[in-house]
Amino acid sequence: MSDPHVEIRELIVERGGRQVLAVPELQLARREVTAVIGPNGSGKSTLLAALQLLLPLKQGRLLLDGEPIAGDPVAARRRMAAAFQEPLLLSMSVRENVELPLRLRGLGRRERRQAADAWLERFGITALARRPARALSGGEAQRVSLARAFAARPEVLLLDEPFAGVDAPTREQLLEDFARILAAARPTTILVTHDRGEALRLADHVAVLIEGRLRQWGTPQQVFSAPADEEVAAFVGVENVWPARLLELRDGLAIWQAGPLTIETAPLDGVETSLICVRPEQVTLSSPSNAADPSSARNHAVGRIRAAHSEGPFMRVAVELEGGGAQLVADISRVSWDELELAVGVSVSGTFKASAVHVIPGREGAAGERG
Amino acid sequence: MDLIWDGLREAARLLAQGDAEVIEITLRTLAISASATALALALGVPFGALLALRRFPGRGLIVAAVNTGLGMPPVVVGLLIVLLLWRSGPFGSLNLIYTPYAMVAAQFLLALPLVIGFSLTAIQALPSKLLDQMRALGANRAQMLWLMMRETRLGILAAVMAGFGAAISEVGASMQVGGNLDGDTRVLTTATVLETSRGNFEVAIALGLILVMMAYLVNLALTGVQQRRPV
Repeated sequence: MSDPHVEIRELIVERGGRQVLAVPELQLARREVTAVIGPNGSGKSTLLAALQLLLPLKQGRLLLDGEPIAGDPVAARRRMAAAFQEPLLLSMSVRENVELPLRLRGLGRRERRQAADAWLERFGITALARRPARALSGGEAQRVSLARAFAARPEVLLLDEPFAGVDAPTREQLLEDFARILAAARPTTILVTHDRGEALRLADHVAVLIEGRLRQWGTPQQVFSAPADEEVAAFVGVENVWPARLLELRDGLAIWQAGPLTIETAPLDGVETSLICVRPEQVTLSSPSNAADPSSARNHAVGRIRAAHSEGPFMRVAVELEGGGAQLVADISRVSWDELELAVGVSVSGTFKASAVHVIPGREGAAGERG
Repeated sequence: MDLIWDGLREAARLLAQGDAEVIEITLRTLAISASATALALALGVPFGALLALRRFPGRGLIVAAVNTGLGMPPVVVGLLIVLLLWRSGPFGSLNLIYTPYAMVAAQFLLALPLVIGFSLTAIQALPSKLLDQMRALGANRAQMLWLMMRETRLGILAAVMAGFGAAISEVGASMQVGGNLDGDTRVLTTATVLETSRGNFEVAIALGLILVMMAYLVNLALTGVQQRRPV
């Protein structure tokens, strides 16, 4: 990256003598949105707190526009703004809350008021301006919290699961408004989230933190389709991970043996063992008598449905493969589930394209059976 | 019973007529106790915030000292101020003994642990995430203190009431360091003691009533602020 806006170098944070975060290097491009994802306790919030100098660093350098920020924490924080999962509003009116960051920066009353009113309008909460902030509903309060963060006119916007505490219908509308406002204002943004949908919808890049370590950084497509390792794969929802051994290279394809499955992928130089990853939504199910044309979907397997449950608009189906020892997980639409008259115990054929397969080299035997 | 009724009647007359000396003593009492409380607030709230937010060696000892100070006998505080301000004492050259300033100092020392204790408790009860949010909004140290006082205003007002109550009702230390000099350091409590010892019960009752009313009115005003619908 030629001109990173935010740089993290050799960052280590300890808590109680235990290392909770170690990020050798992370650069954020100007005006880009980076989603930081990872399981609970993986250090995501710690990373945001470190960036705001809200906790002591064991070591590391944080740079904003190439300049270290450690010398003057208040000045650095005034170039940023943050909103958290809890709205954390102060006991004053909604408008006063939104004005607050500008008041702390010494702006005059009129300028504060104009800015606050503009952000209240953008977030659709003008009518709440005079209401006590502590008397709002969860969704309203989060809108105020986000309006307050934007009102600070931050170069860097830090968001820690801001939509996680909002109920589903409210959340959808809030996300839609937020995405529109973010696209217009476009500060350099770090969004901590555990929600894949939010990351896919909002982020230019995704950073995966697991156990305090930065395990992968890339575009959402790269991270979700081509996870760097087994744990990242598990976290980003790759339900099918099979240890595999290379059988042969044929017709420009690599042929792998993964338990009872024979899988074709694009070839990798010098890789003999691997973990084969397939996202469940890349798998198509059909009746064994009506299997998809193997030429377009090169990989197929037959088995019996072991379990199925609803995942919102989808059905997640676990198929016990013939030959034993392996399971194929597929996400199919409810319509398909009904049309194919599927049920637990029914035989099905699962297919997925060679291009849907991601290969993590060199880990045969590392993965347990998953499903 | 006559003694009490006569006393109350005479007290009512004194109050109704607006006795010049009584008014002077009342205003002096108010000035001294309000100054002491204001000083205790100015120092006590930031110190309470420091104790609430920072961990440092010796903090436990200081908090224990503050808690001990909550029940500090006024005569001991009076003795301390006398020793400090006595002509041969470390601050004797300032000639402050038997002046209203000495009384402010004594009442300040009595109110201070109360203000620190109440502030400490109130600020400690603030969620740490809210403090992080205040910092993240860009608050500097002084602004943090302002925001914390805003958020804990019920607790801080309780500190004001407790501090002012301790200052205005105190008699031993005021007597020791002020000397109860007529027209100079005589306040409602010391005047009440004096009139009681002279057998002027009607005047003592009048002074006592004023003292109680003043404490009540100040607390009524503060309670009004405290109980206002929170925003």
